[in-house]
Amino acid sequence: MDDHWLTRPATIKRLWIGFVAVLGTSVLAGLWMPNEAHFEVERVFGFHALYGLLACAAMIVGAKALGVLLKRPDTYYEERGDE
Amino acid sequence: MNSAAHPGLVLIGGAVLLCLLRGRARDAAVLLVPLAALWLAWEVPDGALWTTHLWGYEIAPFQSDRLARLFGIIFALMAFGGGLFGLRQPRRLEMPAAFLYAGAAIGVAFAGDLLTVFVFWELMAIGSTLVLWSAATAPAYRASMRYLMIHLMGGTLLLIGVAGHALEAQSLRFAAMRPDSVSHWLILSAFLVNAGAPPLSAWLPDAYPESSWSGMVFLSAFTTKAAVYALLRGFPGTELLVYVGLFMVFYGIIYALLENDMRRILAYSIVNQVGFMLVGVGVGTEMALNGAAAHAFTHILYKALLLMSAGAVLYATGRRKCTDLGGLFRTMPLTAACGIVGALAISSFPLTSGFVSKSMVSDATATGHMLAVWLLLTAASAGVFLHAGIKFPWFVFFQRDSGLRPPEVPLEMRLAMLLFAVLCIGIGIWYEPLFSLLPFPVPYEPYAAAHVVSQLQLLLFSGLAFFVMLPLLRRTLTITLDVDWVYRVAGRAVVRACTRLLSAVSHRLAARRASAIGWLAAAARRYHAPGGVLARTWPSGSSALWMMIMLLALLLSGYLV
Repeated sequence: MDDHWLTRPATIKRLWIGFVAVLGTSVLAGLWMPNEAHFEVERVFGFHALYGLLACAAMIVGAKALGVLLKRPDTYYEERGDE
Repeated sequence: MNSAAHPGLVLIGGAVLLCLLRGRARDAAVLLVPLAALWLAWEVPDGALWTTHLWGYEIAPFQSDRLARLFGIIFALMAFGGGLFGLRQPRRLEMPAAFLYAGAAIGVAFAGDLLTVFVFWELMAIGSTLVLWSAATAPAYRASMRYLMIHLMGGTLLLIGVAGHALEAQSLRFAAMRPDSVSHWLILSAFLVNAGAPPLSAWLPDAYPESSWSGMVFLSAFTTKAAVYALLRGFPGTELLVYVGLFMVFYGIIYALLENDMRRILAYSIVNQVGFMLVGVGVGTEMALNGAAAHAFTHILYKALLLMSAGAVLYATGRRKCTDLGGLFRTMPLTAACGIVGALAISSFPLTSGFVSKSMVSDATATGHMLAVWLLLTAASAGVFLHAGIKFPWFVFFQRDSGLRPPEVPLEMRLAMLLFAVLCIGIGIWYEPLFSLLPFPVPYEPYAAAHVVSQLQLLLFSGLAFFVMLPLLRRTLTITLDVDWVYRVAGRAVVRACTRLLSAVSHRLAARRASAIGWLAAAARRYHAPGGVLARTWPSGSSALWMMIMLLALLLSGYLV
């Protein structure tokens, strides 16, 4: 039943290629930008790209770790007679 | 007293009208009353329009300046959009309740004194609770009771604080304060409770997602943003708000990443976005305050759009969990497209409203040379794309084929989504009208090439992180414990334990009492029952004898003493 063009493996492959091209362009575009940085760290080539990637990775791992402690089945409160 | 009509009271009057009208007339009122309020809010002149005296204090229930007008306009616009979206909502209570709620929020925005703020603050709590009730499900009712308890507590804090402030300052005027006295701390905490600040943030994701498909569109807009307005007016430049805001920003991201319910993801993201605004209020420069106010304005639009999109999915499928959804783009393309526009706007993509407003807040921290705050806000901007910008549309509309093929939603809902999507993109491109409404002059150009490129790098690589780490984000049938556990489980357990202890003690006491009463009754029976020593009929001779003995004893005691 799943024959939508967006879900075909060939389309997904093409989307990935396009995405990587856009990622590369955005980093390279930084080379031609005037330097209006407020902080030294912003002058590092590709700073925002690297920082975005690492910050997201850290947040996902952090959330996962917190989840180990705080996640419960979604019937948790019902079982306690609350809902 | 000026003859200007109060836009908030017009909406509250409209709420009463909606209870009486039926059919076409009611539909017309749903659309026209907020438009009238919008026009009135737009036209309100500056200064105190209504003033009076109460208990020797000057009261200004209707007063306006640029900040008040900005919030009055967006609250009225929101009432119109929500009204259009919820026009086909069969629950008759919801729309009047939402209008009362919206009118009260406008009342807070145009309040010139703290007593008026308090009155409209409580009306907001009542209106929003009624919106929750109109969902008419058992979980919604229970959540609304928890919600009401928190907000009535917040209202009590506010009232005590206002009373203390009135005594200390001999004035009820609503102007900037410092957290330098107990009463000011109480007012600040009351504002923070409504803003969804820690430690009580949990009321928001606990209650809002239980409302109806249209109810949450209203709920997302007023309480938290009226609190942002109150903080902008009452506590600008209060450094504490920077740290509270940063906590909320990351709390929202982490909890939304763990969440499975699509509307609870968006609820956590409200806390996250209000966090950005609080940082702006805390930084307190003109640019930061402009940024916080502009962000509140744009946030109301894109968060409403996201919740309309989620509400449309709930309306069409009856499902809220990401684990049940997926692949809906096939049959709900417009809902998906509008959801994506909202998602891009909340993520501050260039050419959307979020970009022009959030940039102002983070640039204000940069020009203030607050490196740590700026780095955290930048990381958080990436996190917004992660938890709301991609996660919401991906899991609801794409992800996998859930097999659901719901039809697109009715015309009114589609029109409301289109209107707000157009506004989200329109403000992103023609931002000057919004900037001209802000409280301070705006010497700010959001579309500096370097800024656009760095923002694109940040967001695109966040997207890369999402898709690369997708296995770690797989949805599970879980919830995440929050502070509400304290009053939903621990508090309940404590109350149960106390009840058990008290009932054991009272049982034991009851047993003791029963045995004591039994003993007394037996003794009484022994002496006073018919035939008992004291109830028997004695011969009069023996009575005379006893009398004589006693008199003799008295006589003897007289001689002896």
